[in-house]
Amino acid sequence: MAEYLAVKNETQIQGDGRFPATRWSVIEAARAGDVSERARAMDALCAAYWKPVYKYARLRWKRTPEDAQDLTQGFFTELLDRDLLAKFDPAKSKLRTYLRVCIDSFVSNEDKAAHRQKRGGNATHVALDFAAAENEFAATAIDPAEVPSPESLEEYFEKEWIRSLFSLAVEDLRNLCRQRDRDRTFRLFEEYDLNGDAEISYEKLASDYGIPVTDVTNALAWARREFRGIALERLEQICGSDEEFQREAHALFGLNPR
Amino acid sequence: MTFLSDKALQRLRALTEAPDLSGTRYRLLERVARGGMGVVYAAQDVKLARRVALKILDHPDHSGDLSGRLIREARVLARLEHPGIVPVHDVGTLTDERVFYTMKFVEGLSLDDYAKRMESLPDRLRLFLQICDAVAFAHARGVLHRDLKPANIMVGSFGEVLVMDWGLAKVLSDAGRDHAQNRNAIVSQAIDGEFSASDNREDVAHVATNHGTVMGTPGYMSPEQAGGNVEALDARSDIFSLGAILKFLAEAPVENSVTKSSWMNKPLAAISAKAMAAHREDRYQNVSDFSAEVSNYLDGRPIKAYRESFLERSGRFYRRHNIAILLIAVYLLVRAILILFFRR
Repeated sequence: MAEYLAVKNETQIQGDGRFPATRWSVIEAARAGDVSERARAMDALCAAYWKPVYKYARLRWKRTPEDAQDLTQGFFTELLDRDLLAKFDPAKSKLRTYLRVCIDSFVSNEDKAAHRQKRGGNATHVALDFAAAENEFAATAIDPAEVPSPESLEEYFEKEWIRSLFSLAVEDLRNLCRQRDRDRTFRLFEEYDLNGDAEISYEKLASDYGIPVTDVTNALAWARREFRGIALERLEQICGSDEEFQREAHALFGLNPR
Repeated sequence: MTFLSDKALQRLRALTEAPDLSGTRYRLLERVARGGMGVVYAAQDVKLARRVALKILDHPDHSGDLSGRLIREARVLARLEHPGIVPVHDVGTLTDERVFYTMKFVEGLSLDDYAKRMESLPDRLRLFLQICDAVAFAHARGVLHRDLKPANIMVGSFGEVLVMDWGLAKVLSDAGRDHAQNRNAIVSQAIDGEFSASDNREDVAHVATNHGTVMGTPGYMSPEQAGGNVEALDARSDIFSLGAILKFLAEAPVENSVTKSSWMNKPLAAISAKAMAAHREDRYQNVSDFSAEVSNYLDGRPIKAYRESFLERSGRFYRRHNIAILLIAVYLLVRAILILFFRR
């Protein structure tokens, strides 16, 4: 069980810098007998969801950072212990919604049983950067002191999930650029797509880097294409069904992936 | 790991959603509209330095059917060179293998919005006749629109009328085309051979939807189209939609006006009802008959769809010849006065 949580490095990628080539969704993997596939799918799920889970525990359940850390780790342990993913029915809801309900149920049960500390303490520690997650949580717009509505909690969880997915995809892209000696491409992507403001333009970037505007256009087009491909591969891994993947991809990128 | 702010997330999503136009002669400007099958962007044609509308597929296309449909839509448009039909410029494929085509960028308003600004019924009817001209031309070329509605009609800044969105267009089989063809003026524009029989079969096979599939817009869709009876569709299905547009034009209120709420009257209602008859045999059998009826109404001539009473006929006769009638009346009055005067 604990080996599934062994996400040693949350930005770790394999092979050519892209996400593993397997097309198995996390649900298929959870139901499969292949231990390595299950481990890989759980890594993907954990990498994409741990920050949203942590921040959700802080916001929804108003836990201290330490408690939220324990809850986050305890939740993923519970997910494996009780084989919750195998019980997920794609026809009834999105995996994201199911997981959010599971978190609520888990926290509620933990409060009643009051044995969270014991189980959390026994779990293998996952190398998750909770300090960074806490800083991000502090930077979010919602005031934790206010009681958010169920709709805004759903929106919040979704937004954090997108942030987590995109952050991972950006790191994958950074590594891919490094491997392909395209560091300048990533810097352009960072400056224009991630940090860009009203002042930035292709012409300004071309002038700053001393390259033709067409090089900027081509580099950014390549980076966006790769970014979208990476994000879609990660997304496919953590969706409950192909239909859910199609819907999520359409919602994220405005087009279906195939 | 990089923290993505809300602003960065928003920007990243917008930029990655936008199509990658590298390798084409177009530069993306902005998203204009999202339709049932694709998205329309404003783009700059760098070579010709002009703005175009670029339509691109945004649906899953496992089989290539949708890509094929988009290409055929462009080909249908290319065949319909008419001032009332939006002209297509180019077809191509992006680096991500999505199909696109470019067309004239129409600056103006959709009929939905434009009608609210039209304060005169004759102006509205004249605009309607322009729509009929374009549709009659398409029918003469063997093409049904199948999704005629105010949102798919654009009125340009100089009052030009353009029928848009031919995504559901169907190229008629020979049998269906016979119905669409007119016995009078339109015959001269009939199929001129550029539609080869093989082309036609291919288009029918692919553009037409399967039996039982409902495509169109409720309120503007004929009963046979709403029933999914695709094989039965012919020009009279578009005539139903035109009837609904006529009704819309007669009833759409003028924006910020409290005086006039509707121009609908018995003759117009009869014309519209005939065009929208449940059974297509009861409708106008071609667009030129329909538009002739509207023209007659506009010119104060009798119409076939409505039997007038004597009073209504007299009123129409007066409205049509009011100046002549007034002149005669004045003449008779003056003459009567003169006779009376000289008798004294």
